[in-house]
Amino acid sequence: MLAPRVIRLIEDIVGAENMTTAAADMLCYSYDATQQTFLPDAVVFPEDAAQISLIMKMANVENIPVFPRGAGSGFSGGSLPTKGGIVLVTSRMDNILEIDEDNLVATVQPGVVTEQFQQAVEKVGLFYPPDPASLKFSTLGGNAAECAGGPRCVKYGVTKDYILGLEVVTPQGDIIKTGGATMKGVVGYDLTKLMVGCEGTLGIITKLIIKLLPLPEAKKTMLIMFDSIDGAAQAVSAIIRGKIIPTTLEFMDAATIECVRKATDLDLPQQAQAVLIVEVDGDSDLIEKQAQRILEIVQPLGVVATRIATTAAESEDIWKVRRSVSASLRSVNPDKFNEDICVPRSRVPDMIRKVSAIAKHYDIPIVNFGHAGDGNIHVNVMIDSKVPGQAEKAEKAIKEVFAGALELGGTMSGEHGVGNTKAPYIPMELDPAAVAYMKTIKQALDPKNLLNPGKILLEDLPCGGGQLG
Amino acid sequence: MSNHKKLEDFRGDIEKCVKCGACQAQCAVYKTIKRESTVARGKVAIASALLDKDLPLSERFVLDMSQCLLCGSCYDKCPNLVPTDQIVMAARREIAERQGLSTFGKALTAVVKRPKLMNTLVKGGELFGSLLFKKIPDHSGLRLRFPVPYIASERSIPEFTAQPFRERYPQPIPGDSDKPLVAFFSGCMINYTYPEVGEALVKVLRFMGYPLVIPQQQGCCGLPATAAGDAKTVDQLADSNVVAFSQESNAQIIVTACASCYAGIGKHYRDMGGEYAQVGERVVDINKFLVDNGLLEKLAQLPPCSEKKRVTYHDPCHLRTQGITAQPRAILKALPNVEFVEMEGADKCCGLGGTFSVYHYDTSRKIGARKADGIAASEADIVASSCPGCMMQLQDSINHANLSQQVTHVLQLVADCLP
Repeated sequence: MLAPRVIRLIEDIVGAENMTTAAADMLCYSYDATQQTFLPDAVVFPEDAAQISLIMKMANVENIPVFPRGAGSGFSGGSLPTKGGIVLVTSRMDNILEIDEDNLVATVQPGVVTEQFQQAVEKVGLFYPPDPASLKFSTLGGNAAECAGGPRCVKYGVTKDYILGLEVVTPQGDIIKTGGATMKGVVGYDLTKLMVGCEGTLGIITKLIIKLLPLPEAKKTMLIMFDSIDGAAQAVSAIIRGKIIPTTLEFMDAATIECVRKATDLDLPQQAQAVLIVEVDGDSDLIEKQAQRILEIVQPLGVVATRIATTAAESEDIWKVRRSVSASLRSVNPDKFNEDICVPRSRVPDMIRKVSAIAKHYDIPIVNFGHAGDGNIHVNVMIDSKVPGQAEKAEKAIKEVFAGALELGGTMSGEHGVGNTKAPYIPMELDPAAVAYMKTIKQALDPKNLLNPGKILLEDLPCGGGQLG
Repeated sequence: MSNHKKLEDFRGDIEKCVKCGACQAQCAVYKTIKRESTVARGKVAIASALLDKDLPLSERFVLDMSQCLLCGSCYDKCPNLVPTDQIVMAARREIAERQGLSTFGKALTAVVKRPKLMNTLVKGGELFGSLLFKKIPDHSGLRLRFPVPYIASERSIPEFTAQPFRERYPQPIPGDSDKPLVAFFSGCMINYTYPEVGEALVKVLRFMGYPLVIPQQQGCCGLPATAAGDAKTVDQLADSNVVAFSQESNAQIIVTACASCYAGIGKHYRDMGGEYAQVGERVVDINKFLVDNGLLEKLAQLPPCSEKKRVTYHDPCHLRTQGITAQPRAILKALPNVEFVEMEGADKCCGLGGTFSVYHYDTSRKIGARKADGIAASEADIVASSCPGCMMQLQDSINHANLSQQVTHVLQLVADCLP
């Protein structure tokens, strides 16, 4: 509970109509896509960096934690108010400030929805590639804070590769600018890269300067079915080894195919034990050649059938298969633990084998699909948490999946972030000195640990100098 | 008695919401207000909290449940198919039940309950619009916190006819002897404010050779009462419609020309079961009926026309969510004097949401303004639709945007082409 005096302070900053303490609102800002709930004490809707700066200064005086939030669609708990306090929502800061066609750069506020931005730049022949599955509703501020990925990142890279500069409110309320609108810039530390992916623990993004590309002329989508999961996994490595980088290289295992059969009219024969969705883009002549080359490379690896889209509608039919995955998984079991490990691309077949062994050992279904082209596999441990013992099994299985990815030189999370859900596993991946280094940064910038506390770094981990409170 | 589901009956559906947030991309109200309590996952969380007694049935709860267009867009795109529109309707019934009377549907319900009363009101020169739209929730707290500065003069409201549509024809209207008799459920808006749509339907069905009956005992479909959580009125209206259409058992098909009525006496009656479902099963949207029965072929035989009007189409939510999107477009494309163009956001709700615009006119207008942007960009001369409610809202949005387009029903454009 915030003291009435504090509530008045907040009202003075953002206006009474842009803050709430109503029980229904606390409930509505207590969750994200992880389905955990933590009730905040207040929710504020600031309109600019100046208001956010005042909120942070006030929070430091009053010792109130602040949790930045975009669309609340994260998969790792990054925006959850795990300690009560204030949820700071960027929904009112939703303007595209400039699309500079001369320099292929755009400036936006953090609350702009990713798809709306993409549509706006595509209207003038430009292209913003990062395409997280949530792009229809997640915000650019949230995408940058989590360094979101997506299918197209195989070829085009992730969110951090497109952020040239930022305006950020620091944990203590200063407003700073990082980077800028130039394609190069090496003056000072690269704070832009530090902020992108910091999950809102080191600053609140209030403006983004974004790099754009020319919109590719054409694309070609292929659905390739394999008679074994191993064949498909090997195909991923073979395509990359063949020095072809498709736009997307999406993978679905047999369990996933079974789930989506009901959701599509496309013929997915029973022999198909794994599927790759491959898309190439660029000049029309070039993509024909690329598509042909890919088909040649994968042919010896047990291809059952191939479907090549020749129209936009056929391409859409193929993508519909991929997009229906998430929803149809519920037919396996009601509760899903969605992890997004990432391994070096040549190790995808090894990782798939490891996951199969783990699923067999714990006797719980694990469904795999995802962005195999960059080694980023969505491992979905499907359980019914109402069945006694299943939640414990899932936890053990997930820990083994993480360990397996790390053994292969991979990482626990390719794009979802750490938040509070993976924070306990951090010591598995990062050595103590690296953790201490990170904690030293956090402590220097946020000595009272008030900006998104409890995310990424747990407080009881050792720190470079002294402990966080 | 029909079997209206309780909020409690939706507990399983509520548990299916995984809070992914996909509904944010669909909800016109959320996109305008940008508060989590207006979007489906927020409403589901709030409804769930009421069931668990974590939240009381407060003024705020009433307001939250009123912030829904019932357009069904969130359900369409929900990965787990959580029926939030139905949950909201059940919550509204819960409010009405627990408080003895619906707090936000009272005025409207009282008016549309009895057709005779409505006739009297219209004939007596009462402005239907001011009665319907000027009323704000009786709940005093709501009035204090959320005054709705609804000024009737600001809204473009269609004029009320001195002679309701259903009184205009001796019954039945004859047709070809080899064609089955069709019954027409006109709904309130065609009867009282858009009789020209009803007349167009009569002309088109005559052209097609179908004999037609317009049962005089029919009343309101009950959708406004459903939206207002007034289960009792829904039942009363349904009972009288069942009688009216059971008497016309020769007419196996009941056509509607209003998307809302199509949902009101179609889907909703089927959900209610029993003899209501028997009526619901007979209901067919007029666009679908005409396409299925050869209108396109007949239109192809009309002489070509060099003067073409540029026409775009708005999808009423109550047809779109029932999968009726291709038929009205096919009809428009088949008209010799029409050049059909799609508009951006054709499938987006117009923002009327039945009674929604009564209580949330500001939001409704903002949603409508976005629609007007798409209409302007399409450079169409005419906006066609298949729902009088949408037609009223679209014309209002167009007028507020200082555009010049006229809104019309698909049937009117068809009728204009016929000899």
